[in-house]
Amino acid sequence: MGNYILKRLVSLCITVAGIAIVTFFLSLIVPIDPLAAIAGPQADPETVERLRAVYGFDQPLHVQFFRYVERLAHFDLGMSFQTGRPVLDDIIYFFPATFELASIAMIIAIVFGIPLGVISAVKRNSFLDQAARVISLIGVSMPVFWLGLVLLLIFYFKLSWLPEPGRLDIMLIEPPRITGMLLIDSIIAGDWEVFQDALMHSIMPATVLGLFGLAGIARIARSSMLDVLSQEYVKTARIKGLSEFWVIVRHAFPNALVPTVTMIGLTYGGLLEGAVLTETIFSWPGLGRYLTVAFLTLDLNAIVGGTMLVAISYSLVNLLVDLLYAYLNPKITLAKGEG
Amino acid sequence: MTVGADKNNLLEVEDLAVRFYTLRGTVHALEDVSFKLGQGESVGLVGETGCGKSLTARAILRIVSPPGKIIRGNIRFEDKQLLELSEREIRQIRGNQISMIMQEPKMSLNPSMRVGKQVAETLMIHDKSLGKRGAYAQAVDMLNAVSIPDPKHMAKRYPHELSGGMAQRIMIAMMLVTRPKLLIADEPTSALDVTIQAQIIDLINNLIDDIGSSVLMISHDLGVVAETCDRVIVMYAGSVAESGLVRDVMENPQHPYTQGLLRTLPDAIDPGQPLYSIKGTVPNLMDEPLGCRFAPRCPQATDRCSSQKPPVYDVGPGHQVACFLHEATSPVAGTSVGVQL
Repeated sequence: MGNYILKRLVSLCITVAGIAIVTFFLSLIVPIDPLAAIAGPQADPETVERLRAVYGFDQPLHVQFFRYVERLAHFDLGMSFQTGRPVLDDIIYFFPATFELASIAMIIAIVFGIPLGVISAVKRNSFLDQAARVISLIGVSMPVFWLGLVLLLIFYFKLSWLPEPGRLDIMLIEPPRITGMLLIDSIIAGDWEVFQDALMHSIMPATVLGLFGLAGIARIARSSMLDVLSQEYVKTARIKGLSEFWVIVRHAFPNALVPTVTMIGLTYGGLLEGAVLTETIFSWPGLGRYLTVAFLTLDLNAIVGGTMLVAISYSLVNLLVDLLYAYLNPKITLAKGEG
Repeated sequence: MTVGADKNNLLEVEDLAVRFYTLRGTVHALEDVSFKLGQGESVGLVGETGCGKSLTARAILRIVSPPGKIIRGNIRFEDKQLLELSEREIRQIRGNQISMIMQEPKMSLNPSMRVGKQVAETLMIHDKSLGKRGAYAQAVDMLNAVSIPDPKHMAKRYPHELSGGMAQRIMIAMMLVTRPKLLIADEPTSALDVTIQAQIIDLINNLIDDIGSSVLMISHDLGVVAETCDRVIVMYAGSVAESGLVRDVMENPQHPYTQGLLRTLPDAIDPGQPLYSIKGTVPNLMDEPLGCRFAPRCPQATDRCSSQKPPVYDVGPGHQVACFLHEATSPVAGTSVGVQL
C-alpha cells in the first residue's frame, strides 16, 4: 500500500510538471499583450517597455521559461498584476474559503445523495424514486444564481432564518487565521459564537452547491445500485437467509460504491475550482471570484498560479479516490500493487 | 390433493404456477408443476434451458423476483406450507434448512468480502449465539471439509483470487455449513471445466451423505443426473412431462419429449451417426397454455393434444407420464406427478 501511494505521488509530480509547462505555453499564445493589461490603456510606450523589463517579458523565450521553472521550484508564483501581492499569498488567502465551502457542499451532497440514490434503486419506480428523480433534475438544471437568489429571498429576506451573504456577521471578530477556514479556526480559538455564525452563513451557499453535486451522486448511486442488485451474489445473500436490509447494506451497497466514489471525486474536484456564481451571490471571498477577475483582467501570474492549484487539487482528489477504490474493491489493489 | 401427504416426503410441490407480468404480456413460466422429494432422496430436475428448472428452485425458496409472481400452488416442506409463511419465517428456512448452490460460482460470491467471512455469515444469520469468532472457526473447518487446501489462509482470500472450481467449493461450504435438510443444486457444474465437474459432483454427494440432506439436482446434463440421482423429473416448457426412477426413465422413456431428449445424446456404441435433434422450437410461453406444451413438436401428437391438457398416468411403479398415449393402457395418477417409493 505504501509503495502504491509513493508511486502515485511521483506520478502526481510528473502531472504537475506537465501542467506547469502547458500553462506556460498557453499563457504565451494568448493573443493579447499582457503588458497592455498591466500598464493600462493610457500608458506611454516607454512605461510599457520599462514594465516589460520589470516582468521579464523582454527576455528570449527559453530564458523566460527557465526563470518560470526556477520561480516555481521556489514556490514563487510571481506577483498578481491585479492585487499587487504575490499570487501565492492571494491563493493562500482565497483558497481556504473555497475549500471550506466545497467541503460542506460535498458533505451535504454525499449525506443526502447516496441514500437518495440507494433508496430510489431499491424502491424502483415508486413514488420516492420519482420524487428523487425530480430533485435530481432540479439539482442539475436549475441555474445556480437563480436558486441562490430564491433561497436568499425566502430564508434571509422573508423568514430571516439564515443570515445575510458573507462569511461572518460584521459585528463578530474573525479568530486568528491559522487554516483560513473559519469553522476550523474558530474551533481552534474556542470561539463558539463565531463557529455558529460561520456555520449559519455557510448553509445557503453550501446547499446551492451541494444540490448540484447531490443530483449527480444520487443518479450514479441509483444506477450502480440497480446494476449490483441484479447480480448473482445478491441472490446468494438472499438465499443465505439475510433480510433485505442486510442484503442491501452488506452485499449490494459496498459493491455499488466504486462508481459513486468516482462521481464524488469528480464533483469535489470541480467544486474546488471555486464556484463563481455562488461565491458572487453569497459574497464569499473564494477562489472562483479571484480567478474570474484574473481571467477578465489577463492577470497572467494569477491565472497560471490558479491553474496549477486547481490541477494539484484535482490530482490529489483523484489519488484519494484511487486509494478508496483499493479499499472498496479488493481487485484493484492487487492489480496495481503488482504492476 | 394429496395422494400422499406422506410424512416421508420432505418436500411436496403441488400445482405450482409462476407467471411473469411483463409489458409485452404474461409469461406462463410454470404451469401445474407437481413433484415430491423424499427424505434423503436425491432427485434430478432436467430439461432444456428456459423450461423452468431454476425458476422452480427459486419458487421453493420464494425468491422469485418481480415481475415474476407465484400465482398458485402449494409447497410443503416438512410440516410447513412455504408459500404461507411470513417473510421472516421463510428467511429462517433459507440457507438454514433449504440451501441452494448456484450456477456461476464466481459471480455468486460477493466480490468485496473475504470468502471465509461469507461462509461464516450463513452460520451467523441462523445462529446468533455463535458469535463472530465461533462462526469463523466453523467456517474454516467447513472449508477444510470441502477440500480447500490451507483453509485458514484461503479464508482470507477474495473471490477473484480463486479458480472457478475453488469458488464452487466455497459456495458449497457456504450453503452446507448449516447442515440443511434440502440442498438445491442449480447446475452446480455447468460453468466449470469438465475436469473439475466430476470432483465437484463427488464432493456434493459425499457431503450430502454425511449430513443426510436430500438433494434437488437441477441439470441439463442427463449424465450428471444419471450418476447422482435416485429419481428424475423431466420438465418441458414449464410443466412436468415425466418422472420416475432414473433407470426407468432413461431406459424406458414413455413421454415423446423424453424419448426425443434421450435420442439427442451422442451414441457411444455407434459414433458415426449424425446427431439427432427434436424438430421445431420451444413454444412461446406468452401464449395461453392449452393442451400439451410439447404437442407442436410431438411426432405422435393428435388433434386433442393441442387443445386438452393430458392428465398424469401411472405407467409403472413410481413412473408417471403426462401424455395421452398412455390413456388406454395406464391409470390416471391422481393429479400430481410424483412417486411413492
